[in-house]
Amino acid sequence: MAKMLTFRPINLGRRIVWGGYALLLALAPLVFDSGTSLSLLSQVGTVTIACLSYNMLLGQGGMLSFGHAVYSGLGAFVAIHALNLAAGGSLPLPVTLVPLVGGLAGMAFGVIFGYVTTRKAGTTFAMITLGIVELVFACSLMFPQFFGGEGGISGNRVIGEPFLGISYGPQLQVYYLIAFWLFVSTAAMFAFTQTPLGRIINAVRDNPERAEFIGYDTHKVRYLTLILSAFFAGISGGLAAINFEIVTAENVSAARSGALLLFTFIGGVGFFFGPILGALMCVFLTVMLSDFTKAWQLYVGLFFIAIVVFAPGGIAGILALHLRVAKHGMYARIWTPLWRVVLAALVMLTGAFACIEMLYHRSLESANGTTMKLFGLQVDTAAALPWVAAVALLGAGTALFAATRPAFAEAWGRANGEIEELARRGA
Amino acid sequence: MSAQRGAIPAISLRDVRKRFGQSEIIRGCTLDIARGERLALIGPNGAGKSTLFNLVSGRFPVSSGDILLNGSSIRGLKPFEINRRGLSRSFQITNIFHRLSVYENLRCAVLWSLGYRYSFWHRLNGLKDVHERAEQVLERIGMKRRRDVAAGLLTYAEQRALEIGITIAGGADIILLDEPTAGMSRSESDAAVDLIRKVTEGKTLVMVEHDMSVVFGLADRIAVLAYGEIIACGTPADIRADARVRDAYLGGHAPVEG
Repeated sequence: MAKMLTFRPINLGRRIVWGGYALLLALAPLVFDSGTSLSLLSQVGTVTIACLSYNMLLGQGGMLSFGHAVYSGLGAFVAIHALNLAAGGSLPLPVTLVPLVGGLAGMAFGVIFGYVTTRKAGTTFAMITLGIVELVFACSLMFPQFFGGEGGISGNRVIGEPFLGISYGPQLQVYYLIAFWLFVSTAAMFAFTQTPLGRIINAVRDNPERAEFIGYDTHKVRYLTLILSAFFAGISGGLAAINFEIVTAENVSAARSGALLLFTFIGGVGFFFGPILGALMCVFLTVMLSDFTKAWQLYVGLFFIAIVVFAPGGIAGILALHLRVAKHGMYARIWTPLWRVVLAALVMLTGAFACIEMLYHRSLESANGTTMKLFGLQVDTAAALPWVAAVALLGAGTALFAATRPAFAEAWGRANGEIEELARRGA
Repeated sequence: MSAQRGAIPAISLRDVRKRFGQSEIIRGCTLDIARGERLALIGPNGAGKSTLFNLVSGRFPVSSGDILLNGSSIRGLKPFEINRRGLSRSFQITNIFHRLSVYENLRCAVLWSLGYRYSFWHRLNGLKDVHERAEQVLERIGMKRRRDVAAGLLTYAEQRALEIGITIAGGADIILLDEPTAGMSRSESDAAVDLIRKVTEGKTLVMVEHDMSVVFGLADRIAVLAYGEIIACGTPADIRADARVRDAYLGGHAPVEG
C-alpha cells in the first residue's frame, strides 16, 4: 500500500501554528488589559468568525455575496431571543451554548435562502444575495416583535447562578467565551478546507462547467457550502448578541454585509488566514480611526481601493509574496527600491492626510474656530502656510512616489517572474 | 467491428436532432456504438461533431430523437447525472481547474466515483483509495514530476494530457474525447495517441479528431458527419474508399444529397 503523503514536518508545523494561535488568544487580554482593548478584542473575535465564514463563499467558492450579514444577523436575533427565554426560565440553556443556537439559526436561514441564491453562480448569485439582504432588512420593519423595531432587541447575558465562578458579567469572561468559539470555529472551518466537499468547492470556483462533467451538481456543492458557512456566521452573530447585549436591524443590513466583504477582501481571500488579518486590522482601523478622525470612512474607502488596485491578494497576499521572495533569497534585490517607494508613499500620505483633515475641519468644525491639532501641532486652517506645507508635502510625495515606483516595479516583477518560471518548471 | 448482435450498445443515437433557433445543426443522426469499440467522428468544420458530443454528454438537450446509454435513455439528464452513469468527456478547449495543482485536479475527478460525494466529514488526506487512484492516473499520464504544479501554469501539451487524465480518472467506461491532439506538434500528438490507447484500454472510446493519422491509428470504426448527418460509417478502409466522404471533404463543401 502506498504511503500517505502527509509529511511529518508539515504536521509539526501545523501543530506549532495552532498552538501559537491558541496561546495568542489566551494571552491577548493579559497584554491588552484595559476595558477598551478588551471590548475591542471581543469584537475582533466575533468579526473574525464572520469573515472566515464569508471567505468559505468568496475565497473558496468564488461566490461574491452582498448579503452575508443576513445569516450572522438573524443568528444574532434568534440568539438574543434564546438568551431572554433562558433568562425568563422558560428555556434551560447555558449562556455558553447560546452561540450554538445562533449557529443553528444561521444554518436554518442558509437552508432557506441559500437554496435560491446558490442556483446560479457569478453575477446572478451576487444580485440575488443583494435582493435577499434588502428583503430581510425590510422584514425587520414589518415584524417588530422579532426584530424589535428601531430600538432592536436587548438582553442580559448574566442569567442564573454563576457556574464555577463564571457569570459572563465581566468583559474578560465574555472575551474568553468568544476566544473559545473563535478557536473551535477556526479549526472547524480549516478542517472543512481539507474535506472532499471543501476541495470540490474550489473546483466549482475554478471551473463550474467541468465540475458537472466529473459528477458534481454545482448547485448542490454551492448550497451545502453556503449552509455550513451560514452556520459559522450564525455563531458569530450569537457571540455578538452576548457581547453587546443588543441586536438591531443594522445587524442584518446591506451595510454590515458590505463591511464583511470589505474586511475579508482587505485581509486576502486567497489564503485561509487572510480574513483573520482582515478582521483584526479593519476592526482596529474602524474603531480607533473613528475615535481619532471624522474622515475615517474616507480612509477606509481609500485603503480598500488601494488594496483592490495594488494588492488584489489582500494583506495575506502581500505577506505571502514577500515571504516567497525572501524564501528564494531574492530579498536583497528588492530591498533598496522597496524602502524608497515606501518612504515616498509615506510622504505622500502625510500630505494627503493633512489636506483631508484640514478640509474636514473647515467644513465640519469651523464653528469651534479655525485652529486644530495636526501631528501634535497647533494649526490655523485659515492661514496659508499650513495649506502650502500640506500641498507641498503631497506634491513632493507624489513626485517621489512616481519616480521611485518604476524601479521597484521592475525589481519586484523580475524577482517574481523568475520565481514563477521556477514554479512552471516544477522546481 | 460492428455492434454485436443482441448485445446492448454502449451508446445508441436514435434519429437525434438539434435545432438552435431556426437552424438545424444535427439533422437526424442514428448510430450504435458497441461496448469496447473505438469510434472516430470526423467531418468538415461546422459539421456538428462538437454539438453531437454536447448532446451525448448532456451539455445541451436534444430537440428530438433519443440517446441511449447502455440501453437507457438520457433525455433530460444533467451532465453530472450522465457522468454518474459511466460517461466521461474531455473538451476541445482545455477545461481544467487552473488554480488547483495537477494532483488536486485528479483527486477531484476521482472523488465522486469512489463514493465520497459531498462529504465534509472525511479528511481528504486520509483517503487512501483516492490518493492511490489519483497517483495511478498521474503515473499513467506521465505527470508524476509535475504533481504539485498549478494546472494553469502547465504547458499546452501538459494541459491536454491533464484534460485526458481528468476525463479517465473517474473510471468511466465510455470516454468521449473532443479533439485530444488539437494544436499539438507531431511528436506531442504521437505521445498523445500512445497515451489515449493506453488509458482507454477495454473502454468504449468516441473521439472527434481532425488529424487523419491519429484517426487511422486509433479507430476501429469511423463515422463521417457532414451538415448534421452521418453520411458514412465503417472501417477505416471503407471510409478511405467512400466517394461521398471524398466529396464532403474535397468537393468544396457541396451539400450531400440525401
